[in-house]
Amino acid sequence: MSGAAVVVRHTRKQASERILKTVAYLFLISGSLVMAVPFLWMLSTSLKEEGVIFEMPPKWIPEPFEWSNYAFVLGEANLLHGFMNTLIIVIPTTIIGLFTSALAAYAFARIQFPARNTLFVMLLATMMIPGVVTMIPTFILYKSIGWIDSWLPLMVPGMFGAAAAVFFIRQFFMTIPSELEDAAIMDGLNPLQIFIKIMLPLSKPALVAQGIFGFLGGYNDFLGPLIYINSPEKFTLQLVLASFQGMYNAQWTYIMAGSVLALIPTVLLFFFAQRYFVEGVTLTGMKG
Amino acid sequence: MDLSNRKKMYLWAYAFISAPILGFVLFALIPICFSVYVSFTKYSGYQAPEMSGADNYVRLLAEDPLFWKTLRNTVYSALSIPFGMALSLAIAVSLNQKIAAIRFFRTAFFLPTISSVVAMTLLWKWIFNAEYGLLNNFLGWFGIVGPAWLSSETWAMPAMIIQGVWGGLGFSMVMYLAALQGVPRSLYEAAEIDGANVWQRFVRITIPSISPTTLYLLITSIIGAMQDFPRFQIMTEGGPNYSTTTIVYYLFQNAFRYMEMGYASAMAWMLGILLMVITLINFRLSRRWVHYE
Repeated sequence: MSGAAVVVRHTRKQASERILKTVAYLFLISGSLVMAVPFLWMLSTSLKEEGVIFEMPPKWIPEPFEWSNYAFVLGEANLLHGFMNTLIIVIPTTIIGLFTSALAAYAFARIQFPARNTLFVMLLATMMIPGVVTMIPTFILYKSIGWIDSWLPLMVPGMFGAAAAVFFIRQFFMTIPSELEDAAIMDGLNPLQIFIKIMLPLSKPALVAQGIFGFLGGYNDFLGPLIYINSPEKFTLQLVLASFQGMYNAQWTYIMAGSVLALIPTVLLFFFAQRYFVEGVTLTGMKG
Repeated sequence: MDLSNRKKMYLWAYAFISAPILGFVLFALIPICFSVYVSFTKYSGYQAPEMSGADNYVRLLAEDPLFWKTLRNTVYSALSIPFGMALSLAIAVSLNQKIAAIRFFRTAFFLPTISSVVAMTLLWKWIFNAEYGLLNNFLGWFGIVGPAWLSSETWAMPAMIIQGVWGGLGFSMVMYLAALQGVPRSLYEAAEIDGANVWQRFVRITIPSISPTTLYLLITSIIGAMQDFPRFQIMTEGGPNYSTTTIVYYLFQNAFRYMEMGYASAMAWMLGILLMVITLINFRLSRRWVHYE
């Protein structure tokens, strides 16, 4: 191949790469607009006066800014109460569930014991069974022990750990070099001490990622509270939000203000923990 | 390790796994067994279950046209899967290049995924509003008079599909992005030397290399779509004329509104079996198109 041909090929390659990049940018920009516009509209509506929200074409910058929508939603409409209820349910459940899952994950990853694989596969099998199959008997079970209209069905099962979390954390533990443990065993540490002093600190990224997933799942859960909670004072954030539909029929300013408020914690969480999310997913990807 | 030490290790291990295993027995195994039993009874949830043989199953398969209709609706709603997967792959491929503001784009596409179903559904309920909705206003720019999306039997399900694709993009995008980063650069370089163009490289290298992720997404999306219903409840309450009642929503109503727990359990098992069959077929077919390294 002559030098000139190489140069031509090179510039042609650069040109096609530039075109590709332009197409990609156009696609991403228009796509992210489609994703973002509904959220912007939500924000805009949440700050409007009731009377002007149906104006067409829509005005994107409200005037005046109606902050009282937020005051109403937080105060009278009990969103804050629902938010506190959600935190009381989700935080201890996530932390304890994370701990029990990690403990089991450690045993499955590192300790040889009889029936280890059988038990692990059994646990994983629960991930395959459609949730609807157990929805009704679980409801009956809780009803018979008097847990209906309490937070217990939303908390207790999660504290026992989750198969998906055990699986996820186990994958991470497998990658930690065993020399560290050997040294600890020499020093006379027992398995619980090894778990707490060595495994937990080394697996922070996996634990944080799993913890965020767990928190988001609980925070955004609608079906669980819908099935088990009846009393408005026990409503979670999502139930309060859904109830706005009926309570303040067509009062979209309140619905949107509530939705914006409900989003703030998860968006902040995502923003600051993005690294863990993406790394966490790569970690469990299809390579496991 | 001597024998007593090894036994001690066993005890530690069993103690460590005891919580999830106990959880498995209490919250999965017992409910599953009970669910099989209840599906063969008449049970309101208040009085003791009454054996009724295969009655529930006969009623389901032969006497309840709504069961078939809601099943069809569910399959219809699953149309969102191919659209969603193709779109999220396109986004992931675009994002996989050296691109500025990648954090911004990633966040924009992921936003619906971290938002609650409730907030997103309420938002879209308004977007679809015939007179005051953003969508018909947008269509108006092009001189199109949009339909009354959610109150039209024809358009309610397409609306749910649009909302579903929009809401699900983020998750599959992240999975695809992870898979794309694992495709060896050397494959592309070799193909380039052989003179393969961009499209050929995409079809011959990218698609086969990420096929395990495609299979994973396909299976989890089908299972997810077959069990989807909270957003249907909030957006349309299953209407108009049951056109957006999914099978799980119908099951939920039977169980918790009409208190027909036995009948609903039979329905849950039919759905469960259907899901297992679909997953199995998926795995079988996948041998032809999924490539593992």
